Amino acid sequence: MEDLNDIYNDIIMEHSMNSYNKKKLENADFCEIGHNPNCGDEITLEIKLNGDKIEDMAFTGHGCAISQASTSIMIDTLKGKTVQEAKEIIKTFIEMIKREITDESELEKLENAICFRNISHMPARVKCALLAWHTLEEMLNKK
Amino acid sequence: MDSRKIREDFPIFKNREIVYLDSGATTQKPNYVIDHISEFYKNYNANPHRGAYSLSMEATEIYENTRDKIAKFINAKRSEEIIFSKNATESLNLIAYSYGMEHLKQDDEIVISIMEHHSNLVPWQKVAKVTGSKLNYMYINDEFEISDEEIEKKITDKTKIVGITHVSNVLGTINPIEKIIKYAHKKGAIVIVDASQSIPHMRIDVQKLNADFLVFSGHKMLAPLGVGVLYGKKELLKYMTPFLMGGDMIEYVYEQSTTFAPLPNKFEAGTQNVEGVAGLGYAIDYIEKIGYENIHKIEEEVVSYAREKLGELDFLTLYLTPNSKNHSSVISFNVKGVHPHDVASILDSCNVCVRSGNHCAQPLMRYLGFDSTCRASFYLYNTKEDVDRLVNGLNKAYGMFKKYLQ
Repeated sequence: MEDLNDIYNDIIMEHSMNSYNKKKLENADFCEIGHNPNCGDEITLEIKLNGDKIEDMAFTGHGCAISQASTSIMIDTLKGKTVQEAKEIIKTFIEMIKREITDESELEKLENAICFRNISHMPARVKCALLAWHTLEEMLNKK
Repeated sequence: MDSRKIREDFPIFKNREIVYLDSGATTQKPNYVIDHISEFYKNYNANPHRGAYSLSMEATEIYENTRDKIAKFINAKRSEEIIFSKNATESLNLIAYSYGMEHLKQDDEIVISIMEHHSNLVPWQKVAKVTGSKLNYMYINDEFEISDEEIEKKITDKTKIVGITHVSNVLGTINPIEKIIKYAHKKGAIVIVDASQSIPHMRIDVQKLNADFLVFSGHKMLAPLGVGVLYGKKELLKYMTPFLMGGDMIEYVYEQSTTFAPLPNKFEAGTQNVEGVAGLGYAIDYIEKIGYENIHKIEEEVVSYAREKLGELDFLTLYLTPNSKNHSSVISFNVKGVHPHDVASILDSCNVCVRSGNHCAQPLMRYLGFDSTCRASFYLYNTKEDVDRLVNGLNKAYGMFKKYLQ
């Protein structure tokens, strides 16, 4: 029960319900669809680059509060970062969810995304939290 | 008969503090089944149909006696019309490959309903693609039912195969399979009934129904996982080619050719799940001991209470037919503004087990215009208290999200 309130906290709820990051991007450079066939979650990520920098990012789609909030918070965290920095933050986020982080200070770079830390206590929801991050990882690797 | 008494037969309710509302996915198992499976391994385990020693003979006997028991249970004319499989999905694939692929031609039609589980849908897409036949759908009306007009519109002189689920695993609608079978036969088509969601709850009589094929899974009716049944009329099964090749399904094997065993062994390649088959036999004993009439009485009481209590929650949308006599024991719903996966997680924190998602019925979801639902499914061990705890959990879920909803 404590875990539950930990997960459905204000940051996650607000991002999941009416995110300012949920929109279409004009002139997006890359676009990638991610989905979890079992739950029906589906997001489309759009990204606009300026040289090596992520200038803008947005998403559309539908899914549970966890997947929607995770996508929106990821966008907040990674906007303005370089592609290389973004890749490292994605890696840290995935490691945090899988509880593979040994050095706590590494988590600082996740900013608000740290609020998904306890999702590992809810194994059924791990996929929801990771959807956007895996999708972006794939998009950046393709680029 | 009281479900609170019946619960005592199911050890999981002593070991886990749960409200189990996912019997549509798989049922819990009574001690009677669990103990007999353990007994099988302690006293009777051997490979049936193989050894010349008495232990193997006894294992064979258990296996074949269960076939007889199932034939009697669904009133099949002959035991050889009962084929054991891994589950309903495998049974349906067997029919698709060994009957569908062989019998359908260009421009023939396959008709299924929009509420089919993927297992009675995807194989037919494949058959249609390979044979050049057409896959058509019977759609449902606003009451989540298939109308007579729809049946008569979709099943035509070109229809060769009709596949229909007896009870929808999402909506709980009980389909008019007698009517569909009669009409399809008039048009010269054969009918495959998916009884996975019905046989745990109601008596099936394949001769009375006049179904050509009927399939179900054991694990949705108190038996272990990994055992399923295919019933087929002998005159159809006899002329069908084998589905899986290997040991035990042959007669003579030469270097370049093989003759096949007669029914039912022709369709049972390799060492079978004897433990599962035996368990299914004991599950049938248990169901017969309780009696379908009593199961029906218990479920009617609990499900109608659930319909009433869930109906009172104004933040809930229920997807079920208003005609309760056409409704089995599955209730799909959504909490307005809250994703079903979040609802299921919050219910889980209250130890209430429901399923959320598309329930292996994506075309139905798309047809109804949403991606997923929560589903509570009931069985003979569920009580009104279970319903109350579901309602409490739903109030909690809505309460958590309410202030964030616009």
